[in-house]
Amino acid sequence: MAELDVFDKPVALSEAWRVPKDGAVRRYFGTPANAAITLLCMIALFLIGKVAFAWLFVDAVWSGGPEACKIGEGACWPFFGDKLRFMLFGYFPYDEHWRPLSALLLFVGMCGLSMVPRMWSARLLLLWVAALVVCYLVMTGGFAGMTAVPTTKWGGLPLSFMLSFVGLTCAFPLGILLALGRTSNLPAIRVISIVFIEFMRGVPLISVLFMASVMLPLFMPGGMSVATLLRAQVAVILFAAAYVAETVRGGLQSLPSGQFEAAQAMGLHYWLMMRLVILPQAIKAMIPALVSTCINFFQDTTLVTIIGLLDFLTTVRGAMRDPNWQGIAVLEGYLFAAAVYCLFSAIMSAYSRFLERRFRAGHD
Amino acid sequence: MKNTVLKSLAVGIAALGIALLGAASASAQATLEAVKKRDKLLCGIPMPSAGFGAPDSKGVVQGFDADICRALSSAIFGDPGKVDFVHLNPNVRFEAVQSGEVDLLSRYATVTFSRDASLGLDFSPILFYDGQGLMVSAKLGVKSAMELKGASVCVLPGTTTIQNLTDYFRAKNIKFEAVVVENGDEWRRAFFAGRCDAITSDLSDLASVRAVANNPADFVVLPETISKEPTAATVRQGDANWRDIVTWVSYGLIAAEEAGINQANVDTFLTSEDPEIQRMLGVTGDLGKMLGLDNKWLYNAIKQVGNYEDIFDRTIGPKTPLGLSRGENQLWTKGGLLYAPPFR
Repeated sequence: MAELDVFDKPVALSEAWRVPKDGAVRRYFGTPANAAITLLCMIALFLIGKVAFAWLFVDAVWSGGPEACKIGEGACWPFFGDKLRFMLFGYFPYDEHWRPLSALLLFVGMCGLSMVPRMWSARLLLLWVAALVVCYLVMTGGFAGMTAVPTTKWGGLPLSFMLSFVGLTCAFPLGILLALGRTSNLPAIRVISIVFIEFMRGVPLISVLFMASVMLPLFMPGGMSVATLLRAQVAVILFAAAYVAETVRGGLQSLPSGQFEAAQAMGLHYWLMMRLVILPQAIKAMIPALVSTCINFFQDTTLVTIIGLLDFLTTVRGAMRDPNWQGIAVLEGYLFAAAVYCLFSAIMSAYSRFLERRFRAGHD
Repeated sequence: MKNTVLKSLAVGIAALGIALLGAASASAQATLEAVKKRDKLLCGIPMPSAGFGAPDSKGVVQGFDADICRALSSAIFGDPGKVDFVHLNPNVRFEAVQSGEVDLLSRYATVTFSRDASLGLDFSPILFYDGQGLMVSAKLGVKSAMELKGASVCVLPGTTTIQNLTDYFRAKNIKFEAVVVENGDEWRRAFFAGRCDAITSDLSDLASVRAVANNPADFVVLPETISKEPTAATVRQGDANWRDIVTWVSYGLIAAEEAGINQANVDTFLTSEDPEIQRMLGVTGDLGKMLGLDNKWLYNAIKQVGNYEDIFDRTIGPKTPLGLSRGENQLWTKGGLLYAPPFR
């Protein structure tokens, strides 16, 4: 007993427990009903965790080949040893996988950098242009000892990222222009914007992709061809722009007309009014909706499989189609794909919550 | 259902496009020249499919369909590696051929009247005889499809599978329940989990389903073949020379097997006294030149890729995980349907 006094730790621990007592503990165990729900959830989490842990680690197969996995009960890790690179990079030449890897890392790094508000400046925009050019050059190759790799061999995660994030980045300014066009006083611009937006929103993404990949080449003069990837990218941009435009328009309408009138009264002309007064407020209001659009499009890019592009989900499926592995690592493959999509979507929504908090703080 | 509608829509629009572009498609001739100029053959294959065209660990496409294109590449370039494979979804595969996005579809489509007659396509000789079949759990003790009264059958949507099944059972006046499962992996699981009594697809598919079962002996493929699914290479209509090349490379692989020429022993046949073998391997005559190829075209294909048997055994044969037996895809001399016209 006396020894206990020697240690500060138990005291410190109980102190630590006391602090959230009026916070977390009361929230979770405040009433009998809350306590019961918390306990039930904890038990459920524990049971799920136990099964997952056993499957992932305890019963897992760590070495051997397909035969070992066929017998084993748990997760099949050798599948990833054998197939991870294909799942990530598709048909990109095997010996040059460092190229898509570095392009991917550069891209993700730039995304991370852009998430820090302190970095927002015109210089960041220039940096982005440079980074995208570097990504493109590294992927295409054809110089400095890198073999030329046509876009038909691109696949996996870099392709999914490119289609969704480059697509959204390009769609964003286009969408703002369309939203402004739709609310414009100039009839011609308004009609064009409305027709474009309504047409794009009126057809499913699959049809737009079909049109881009199947119809376009038939109407092109003989011998001329545009890579399927580029066609899909343009289709995604145009499609996403229509959705961004409607979100932005919603943001514009949420502003009281006093804002427009006040800006005009100050003598600001249209573009200055939009840039300085209206859009900053409108975009703030639209962050949750815009992030939903981003997450949607990140996941919708899996549809490009229908025109034969190998996005990440398709390369994962492709890996499972190896005759040696077929039917053996199905759960592993899909869980891996789900985990990757989930991770990036979670990052996006967490970031959106951060932005909301930050802007609300700035607003008050 | 949705897929079928989409497909027919796409095909309809494509047909319209071709009608509009009548003149332009005439200029799409001389595929061989375009291939040679590009120094690559563009080969359309299914979305990754075990045994027919799926990536190995190094990201190289392996499979029966892939090897057919490699043989073609050998015949054209003397190098099996000059192929770019393009995975095509069933919904866009024919348009990809029509628009010149690929030079051919390798053994990817069932030959049917309407496809040949109305889509602006031509087919090579049949390379693989498939057919829709039914598989059941051995425990059921069912010996024939006739005994499947009231059974539930797991099917995949979007192909002619359901149509064939319905037609077949209606003709026999047998009631059944179709359980449509959207995705191939789930479809297999549903059957293994006992959600349906039987599973139906092409026999080659059923073989691969059976191969991945924990104990393949628990499942039996019923003897009835309920539809004919002969598959062949598909090329654009209107380029007779290109069609001849694809046709005779296909025949060449079959004829080589019939003559006993395979990848391992092809060199010993160079000194053969048989005049037909001499012509096939380009020792005498000008068969290759007639096609616009090197006279060693077939020698290269056999030496670098193999004859029909080599390809079959390597990719889908009994020793592979798919474990298909030759069945109808056996030489006519051995009771199968593969028959090549003479090389003279």
